[in-house]
Amino acid sequence: MLQGIAFYLLASVAVLGALMVVTAKNPVHSVLWLILAFFSSAGLFVLLGAEFLAMLLVVVYVGAVAVLFLFVVMMLDVDFVKLRGGYARYLPLAMIVAGILLAEMIIISLAVVSGGAAANAVGPVAATPDMTNVEAIGRVLYTDYVYIFQASGIVLLIAMIGAIVLTLRHKPNIKRQDVSRQVGRDAKKAMEVKSVATGAGVTPEDLV
Amino acid sequence: MEITLQHYLTVGAMLFTIGVFGIFVNRKNVIIILMSIELILLAVNINFVAFSAYLNDVQGQIMAMFVLTVAAAEAAIGLAILVTFFRNRGDIAVDDASVMKG
Repeated sequence: MLQGIAFYLLASVAVLGALMVVTAKNPVHSVLWLILAFFSSAGLFVLLGAEFLAMLLVVVYVGAVAVLFLFVVMMLDVDFVKLRGGYARYLPLAMIVAGILLAEMIIISLAVVSGGAAANAVGPVAATPDMTNVEAIGRVLYTDYVYIFQASGIVLLIAMIGAIVLTLRHKPNIKRQDVSRQVGRDAKKAMEVKSVATGAGVTPEDLV
Repeated sequence: MEITLQHYLTVGAMLFTIGVFGIFVNRKNVIIILMSIELILLAVNINFVAFSAYLNDVQGQIMAMFVLTVAAAEAAIGLAILVTFFRNRGDIAVDDASVMKG
């Protein structure tokens, strides 16, 4: 009973948050609704017994991706009202496509659950009852999926390098540290002895 | 009030549909489009984890983890491209982005 209430609460908040993401006028509000949707989905994951993924979702999405979105939205000086043009024009088409898509997917899931591949599904059970969720994932992730795990690390590395390459720009007229020049400098190159005539003083031309 | 696999699959389907709907109606605002893609990937993750829990198999959660990784990389690259695009054009209206039309 309590599980049912929790499911319906979290699911409806997630769907409401997702709807507000795509309909909110202000993109900053969209990001905040996105955070709500992800947080509720993390709650659904906990209900399903996938605690590790739930925490990962909160850390990765709410902690990193949503903050990144928020930074970009607030950094760009864009007229967001102008970008909403055509909203009403595409609405009917979007409704039709979304309706068909939703009906199709619900029919597919009904078929899969009632007689297809997932017909003998039992209740939401911990995948391995004798160990924790994290332990079960770790046992599979570092053995059967170790190469894919490494590959996902490479994906993240390439994403990081790509983001840096795309956004880094070298402005001219900025003094940067040049270590080899600093180290290669010595007294002979840095100083010069000029002979000054007695009583004549030093003029700016002498110092060049 | 027993919660079955069907319930979770329906939530996933609804989130996926909302994501597609968002891409359709916000065709000019690329930030909302990126957020809609995140919603679609979240729907896929919900399906993975629901099947993983109800079929008593941890591999679905592993796949959801990889989807999460790719989604994070995609968001980072997408926003970097967006910032570069904004620097070059002073605007992020993507419907008239046809520089590469040839």
